[in-house]
Parts: sequence; structure tokens; C-alpha cells
Amino acid sequence: MSDFETVIGLEVHAQLATRTKIFSGALVSFGDEPNTNVTPLCLGLPGTLPVLNRQVVELSMRMGLAVGCTIQTRSRFLRKNYFYPDLPKGYQISQYQSNNEMPLATGGGIEVVTADGGTRFIRLVRIHMEEDAGKSIHDEPFVPPGESMVDYNRTGVPLIEIVSEPDIRTPEEASQFVNRLREILVYTGVSEGDMEKGHVRIDANVSIRPVGSEELGVKVEVKNMNSVRNCQRALEVEIDRQIDVVNSGREIIQQTMLFDPVREDVRPMRTKEASDDYRYFPDPDLVPIVVDQPWIDRVQSQIPELPAAKRERFESDLNLSQDQADVLTADRQTADYFEAVIAVGVEPATAANWVQGDVLRTLNEAKIEIDQLRATPAQLAALIHLIDNGTISANVARKVFAEMASTGDDPSDIVERQGLVQISDESALETTVDELIAAHPDEFARLKEGDKKLQGFFMGQIMKATKGQANPKIASQLLAQKAQ
Amino acid sequence: MAVTVHDVRKVAQLARLKFDGAEERRLVDDLNQILTYVAALDELPTDDVEPTAHVLPLSNVFREDAPHGALSQEAALSNAPRSGHGHFRVPKVIE
Repeated sequence: MSDFETVIGLEVHAQLATRTKIFSGALVSFGDEPNTNVTPLCLGLPGTLPVLNRQVVELSMRMGLAVGCTIQTRSRFLRKNYFYPDLPKGYQISQYQSNNEMPLATGGGIEVVTADGGTRFIRLVRIHMEEDAGKSIHDEPFVPPGESMVDYNRTGVPLIEIVSEPDIRTPEEASQFVNRLREILVYTGVSEGDMEKGHVRIDANVSIRPVGSEELGVKVEVKNMNSVRNCQRALEVEIDRQIDVVNSGREIIQQTMLFDPVREDVRPMRTKEASDDYRYFPDPDLVPIVVDQPWIDRVQSQIPELPAAKRERFESDLNLSQDQADVLTADRQTADYFEAVIAVGVEPATAANWVQGDVLRTLNEAKIEIDQLRATPAQLAALIHLIDNGTISANVARKVFAEMASTGDDPSDIVERQGLVQISDESALETTVDELIAAHPDEFARLKEGDKKLQGFFMGQIMKATKGQANPKIASQLLAQKAQ
Repeated sequence: MAVTVHDVRKVAQLARLKFDGAEERRLVDDLNQILTYVAALDELPTDDVEPTAHVLPLSNVFREDAPHGALSQEAALSNAPRSGHGHFRVPKVIE
């Protein structure tokens, strides 16, 4: 097995987070009734003309700049010609790269961690803009035999295609590459990145070669990988298949394979009758895109701190563990929330514990996103302050947080309303402690004899009697004094 | 470079068109005549001319990202030869 090295290049399609389509005003919306988000243009009707959505260029540039691409000052759209029912015009509007043709963004790359703990820079060939095709349905019960059905809601949805150089060496690196890209797409607001809605789709070119060889082997394209896990699995299966073919003395054929996630195998796609001949040519209905430096600078200035930089900063500047940094930077809203809490003066470690703990738990339980959480970062900071100054105990604080999360009320109001202020008054607590000792003489006797278990019993009783409001430190001191 | 019958067949195949032998021969002649006519342009000195993809000196024609002009499902399907369940019905496409 280890006689071979794997060479993988990926093509990642990402759906841009626009309201409307790339060349028409039809809505981009998932799960709507079929053929309701369509204009005459989406249906390829005669007499219609495309007009480019400015936001598509903005978002594509933003992604390009986030991963270090060069933005081409001049680029244009071309027609890629082929017949398929989900493409009513008979061509897809896309961009192209050749000796005299440049797409919007070229070069750049991102880093992945290799199996030996080092890093590898995966170069990008380009990022280009294009339109999505419609959806063909073949297997639903309502499709009559011998027919397919087509929904054009997805036709013309804006995509970027991110093409890597064949720099990836293992399926694990491929899945990291996709994860990192997806993270950046979502952080920068370029794409919603929802894989279940098909916002990110992956095709791979895979070949193997003897270790030490510089030549590329015959490459096989693997399509239909709609999750990162599927991508990694499909590549593993395809690499095993190629090694088997070579080891049994046969030759690898250049072809396109489809991954079947249920059977976990790859099967050749039905080969097209004629080899692909897309006859790319410039679309005469669209004019060139000219980008100047001020435009590039403006888009650059809108790019937020990227997840990798944020993780690094959380670990080195805020002294958080790698785990904490990973959890807190998993999405931008969580990171922003955390940073807003520490901005008010809360210790990073304390804020991290709260956000990682009660905040994320509340979100999970309520199945909401952090921007829907009613407790604001300032309110959480105020709550932590109430613990620090001894007004409430940490246990009570968790109950207060739950209340804050559902009502959006200030923690001080909740504490006051529910009478949750911690009892730190020694004389008040002493009365309670004396009463409990009187009520449990046998247990107290055993405590006096040195049975440490009874300490927990009495502390529990004290908390119960004070509804959790006793200052635990003072209560346990009192108890210890009495037991001496 | 003259157009041959193979070129005509290839283009016809890509365009999903079918011609008999006589039609193919006529198309070979027609296409060669057209190309010969257009080849007159080769006599022009174009070394200093940028390849032109668009006749108008325009760039950056954009629309704002705002919804506009969607059809109802009924209108969208009204020209379909066959439709059902809100979809266009087409001959089976095998994957």
C-alpha cells in the first residue's frame, strides 16, 4: 500500500449568500414549491437578457481576498455549451481560465495539518463565478415511468467554484481542506455553507503514483460528494480501487465516478456518447467586469478576522486551551459573543467557561442560534460580576442565567425579584445552622466524631434551607466551628 | 483550413441535428463559402487590436441584489409541452 502516493485536487462549489439569483431577480430560497422562484430568464425563454447581480462579484472577491487570491482587474463570462434538461438555455454561464482568459480570482491557498503534525500549503488555481443548474427528479413516485421532472428554482443560483492545485496527499487532508474553506466561507458571510442544503458540493480528481515519482498518474474524477465525511470516504474507497487495479497489472482508465454514500462504493458514471466539447466562448449578452484598486481595498477592509487567526490569538493572547479556542471560534457569532463578554472586563477564562458551558448548552437545548439568545453579552458579564462580588453563588448564577436566557431580563432584576441574594451575613446563617444541628442530633454527633461524610449532609441541608442562597464558604466555616 | 464532412457531423452531433448525405455535402460547401468570405478579414492588420468580445465599450453593468420579476408556477409552466406536480416533465434522463 505504501508504495503509492496519492495526488488529489478538489473543486469545491459554494453557493453565495445572495437574496436573488446571479442574472435575474428571482429569489434564492431552499425548499420552496417547485418552479416558483423563476423568471423568464431562468427558464431560458427567448428575448431575455442577463444582468449581473453586483453582490455576486462582491462576495466572490471577498472569498478570493480571504484566501490570498489575486483579483483580476478584468474578467468576463463565457458560455459553456451542453444539453441537459436542467439547463434550459443549452449553456451554463461560467468563467474560464486559459492563456488569454482569466477568471475573477487566481492563486492563493490555505494551509492544512499533515499526518506527521507539519503543515502543507494547498495552492488554489482559481475562484470563478458561475450559475447553478436546475434540479432533475427521476425516482420520486410521482414521476411517470420513462420521464424525469425538472424544477428550475435552483437555475441561476450564484456559485463560486474553488479549484485547488493537485497538492492534497491524503483523504484526511482533503476533508480538512473542505472544512477550512467552509469555515472561511461562513465566517466571511460569503456562503451560508449549509451542506445539507447543498451549499457546498465537492468534486475530486484523484490519481496515484509510485512514491518518489514526479509524474502524475491517470486521474479519475469522483463526483457527488455532498458532505465532508462522504468526501473523505469516497476518496479512501477510490484510492483503494486504484491501488487494486495497478497491483493486479491492469491500467487505470480516465473516467468519472459517482460515490454512493449508502453502499460506500464508487461506480463509473455512464460515459457520454461524445467526449465533452463545451465550446466555451464569451457571452455576448454580458459585459466585462473591471475591478479597480479602491474596490479591492474596500472589499478587503470588510473581511473579518479569519478563524485560524482567531484561534491563534485566543490561545496566545488570552491563554485559552486549544479545545476552548476551537469551541469558541467554531462560528463567528459565538466568538463575537465571547469577545463582547471579555470586552466588559470579564476574565477570559471565566468568560470562556460560561460561553462554552451554560451558553452553548442553552442554545443546544432551545435549538437556537446565539444571535437569538435573549441574554446579551453585557448581561452575562453583569451576572459574572454578581458572583465575583459575592451577591450570588455560582449555583444560583446558573439558575439566573437560565431565566435571563428565556426572559432577556437583567440579572440584578432577576436576583432581586426572586430574592436570590446570597446570605453572607454570619449571624443570619448561624441561626439556620443551629436549627439544623438541633434537628439532626445523631448526624451532628457523628460529624463531631470526625465523619467527613456528614459535612456534605449538613451543607446540603443548609443549601436546602436557604434555597441555595447561603454563602458556601461562610456556611462551611460556621459548621466547622460548631463541630470542633 | 477547409471544413470537411467530419466537421459537419461533429457539429451536427453536438447540436443534436441529423442530416442525410446530400444535406451534409451541401453544408460542407455552404460552410466553406462562409469561411472563405469571412477570411477576407485576415487581410486587415489587427496586431494592435485587442480581441473584441463585445461591440459596446461597456463594463460593469450590474443590478442590485433585490427580488424582481418572478413568475407564478402556473405562468412558468404555461408553455411546457408536458407538466405535472408543479414540474416540467421531460423524457427520462439517465444518470
